[in-house]
Amino acid sequence: MGVTRRKFLGWVGAAAVGTTSMMVPKARAASNKHFEGYPGSFGVLHDTTRCIGCRKCEEACNRVNDLPSPARPFDDLTVLENPRRTSAAAFTVVNRFESDAGEPVVFAKNQCNHCLEPACASACFVRALRKDKTGAVVYDASLCVGCRYCMVACPFNIPAYEYDEPLTPRIRKCHLCQFRIEKGLLPGCVETCPTEALAFGERDRLLKIARQRIDKFPGRYVDHVYGEREMGGTSWLYLSPRPFNQIAMREDLGVQPASRFTSGPLSAVPIVVGLWPVLLTGIYAISKRKDKIAQQERIEAVATTVADANDEMKTKMAELKDKMTREREAMINLEIKKALKEAAEKEDA
Amino acid sequence: MPQETNIPNKSILTPFNVVAGIIILAGLVITVLRFTKGLGAVTNLDDNNPWGIWIGFDLLCGVALAAGGYVTSAACYIFGLKRYHSAVRPAILTAFLGYALVVLALHYDVGRPWRLPYPIFLSPGTTSLLYEVGLCVFLYLAVLFIEYSPAALEWLGLKKVRNLIVRMTLVLTIFGVVLSTLHQSSLGALFMIAPSKLHPLWYSNYLPVYFFISSIFAGLSMVIFEGTLAHRFLHHKMDATHLRESEGVALGFSKAASFVMMGYLSVKLIGISVDNNWHLLFTGWGLWFLLELIGFVALPAFLYSLAVRERNLRWARWAAALSVLGVVLNRLNISVVAFNWYLPSAQRYVPSWMEIGTSIFIVTLGVVIYRFITTRMPIFYEHPDFRHDI
Ligand code: SF4
Ligand code: SF4
Ligand code: SF4
Repeated sequence: MGVTRRKFLGWVGAAAVGTTSMMVPKARAASNKHFEGYPGSFGVLHDTTRCIGCRKCEEACNRVNDLPSPARPFDDLTVLENPRRTSAAAFTVVNRFESDAGEPVVFAKNQCNHCLEPACASACFVRALRKDKTGAVVYDASLCVGCRYCMVACPFNIPAYEYDEPLTPRIRKCHLCQFRIEKGLLPGCVETCPTEALAFGERDRLLKIARQRIDKFPGRYVDHVYGEREMGGTSWLYLSPRPFNQIAMREDLGVQPASRFTSGPLSAVPIVVGLWPVLLTGIYAISKRKDKIAQQERIEAVATTVADANDEMKTKMAELKDKMTREREAMINLEIKKALKEAAEKEDA
Repeated sequence: MPQETNIPNKSILTPFNVVAGIIILAGLVITVLRFTKGLGAVTNLDDNNPWGIWIGFDLLCGVALAAGGYVTSAACYIFGLKRYHSAVRPAILTAFLGYALVVLALHYDVGRPWRLPYPIFLSPGTTSLLYEVGLCVFLYLAVLFIEYSPAALEWLGLKKVRNLIVRMTLVLTIFGVVLSTLHQSSLGALFMIAPSKLHPLWYSNYLPVYFFISSIFAGLSMVIFEGTLAHRFLHHKMDATHLRESEGVALGFSKAASFVMMGYLSVKLIGISVDNNWHLLFTGWGLWFLLELIGFVALPAFLYSLAVRERNLRWARWAAALSVLGVVLNRLNISVVAFNWYLPSAQRYVPSWMEIGTSIFIVTLGVVIYRFITTRMPIFYEHPDFRHDI
């Protein structure tokens, strides 16, 4: 993968990397710069061209971490015939990669890469995982709920889970032997490796060493230090004689740290919380007002009808009265006429 | 099936009770296994596939299908569509039960369920979308409980408290919509952290938007779908208002659903264009994706609009069933089927029968409790003492 100049990563919200003990988050949150790891933090350089697949590192890891002894002993190299991944009983595994055209076989060791901005830590909803200033990504089983979202999140498929523990399952993964580093010791695997395929030191220095090796032996290595930028960079760095995707290391992960993928939806929270209640109350008010207007119109309509009816009645009454008066007058006139006529007839008679 | 509720002293060995009893018994056995032997003994989960159907179905589908609660109460109380009032209580009840069961299911899935309050009270991991989901679901469950409580309080005859709560309806509804918007969308955003694992046709920056919009029509469809079942089995519990309004509810919701689904389809198209994933449509995954989108979104949307035009309830019900299936399919695709799509088939996850059994067990629990409540409390009818009092 082409390693271009680091992209300009606008750091939006979300203090990321999920730790309280960090000394820099404020400065980082406010700047446009992307986190490059704690200054002076440690890492390991794994030069796969030097690895002989002896599995001594696996054994040492098992020993210093008190892991259960495996079904087949560590000196049984037939284990390498099948690809393996990390598990609750093995924080690190060495895999063997055959080649087709007479090229040498490659062995590569796999374990937590101790990302600079770990996906697992940003995913943990109870801060059980955090990036330590030594460079190690460490886990606190006393907080873990066992939701396994960290396993979903890890792009390298590293964290494993104690599926057979009914009530106290833990996430299990390499912790860079943080407890040994703090005592001034090397990580178990690095200490044991007979061929210096593993080198421990400050990440910045390791990066330089890696570059120097590539420059010095351009034919031996592909021109890429895996872990320099993958997923925002990792504390473990790798050199390989073959393209990394041929030794089961994904090259399509990109250079953005995982927290960048979720910063968008996280920053939408205040918008929803701030906007919705106002909008909804507004809609409520409008619908209420519409109801009210409708009601008023109904009342008015009724009132006008009543009023109209009244008017009509009045005119009718008036007409009636008129008519009645006229009729009565006519009647009286008639009566008078009749009386006069009668009187006249009497006079005649 | 409905008879036995009419004639209380009849034998309790009705087909419904027998089947439900067997499922619940099996569920209890699996429960014991889960809490004595661990997830490994009961599920097919492994280190590459940490989430199975207990998350994909119980959590994701459970929450989406319980969206009828906020959708219906918003329509009635915020948008002032009073003609849907009789649909509010059943919808709120379903939502409340739905969320309660989601939380119950989580107790099976997470390693140490008693620590579920930790993220909220002890050590909040605010960078995590799961934290947002957890917090909102927790708060919304509380809101739903309060929204549901008037039915129980009327049943118990506690007038004063009931009136107090009814007066808070508007605030509760708004709160419910805010919380639902947040966690419905965040459930989709959960998967945004793993672009390297979810198939690009399903992965999108619009995932939260998809999840939120689809929750709206999931909710609408569930109200129609559940109404159909309720009419068949709980007809005798419905009062005249409910029966009179129910057709209007079904057709009104159908219309809304068809509009929302059309909107959903267009946002999906925008999503494909933005990521320029057109070429992927012609792969096997593309066909599966199109089946989900055309067979279970476009088709029911069309059926819904036909149902509205012809005023045909049957079609509306078919459309509702299809849409519900479509939402289930979508959630399972994202969490299980298209997740880890690149792994060789030997490393892919297929649920164990005990995982499926547990999910069926939990749904059955929901149906039994729903029936218990609707045959006793004023859900499909207005309590005579409180008629027309909101
Ligand atoms: S490799 Fe995976 S487990 Fe290790 S720090 Fe990175 S994200 Fe976490
Ligand atoms: S399983 Fe534990 S460490 Fe991993 S995200 Fe969940 S709570 Fe955090
Ligand atoms: S101990 Fe060193 S040489 Fe041996 S397998 Fe491990 S990394 Fe390779």
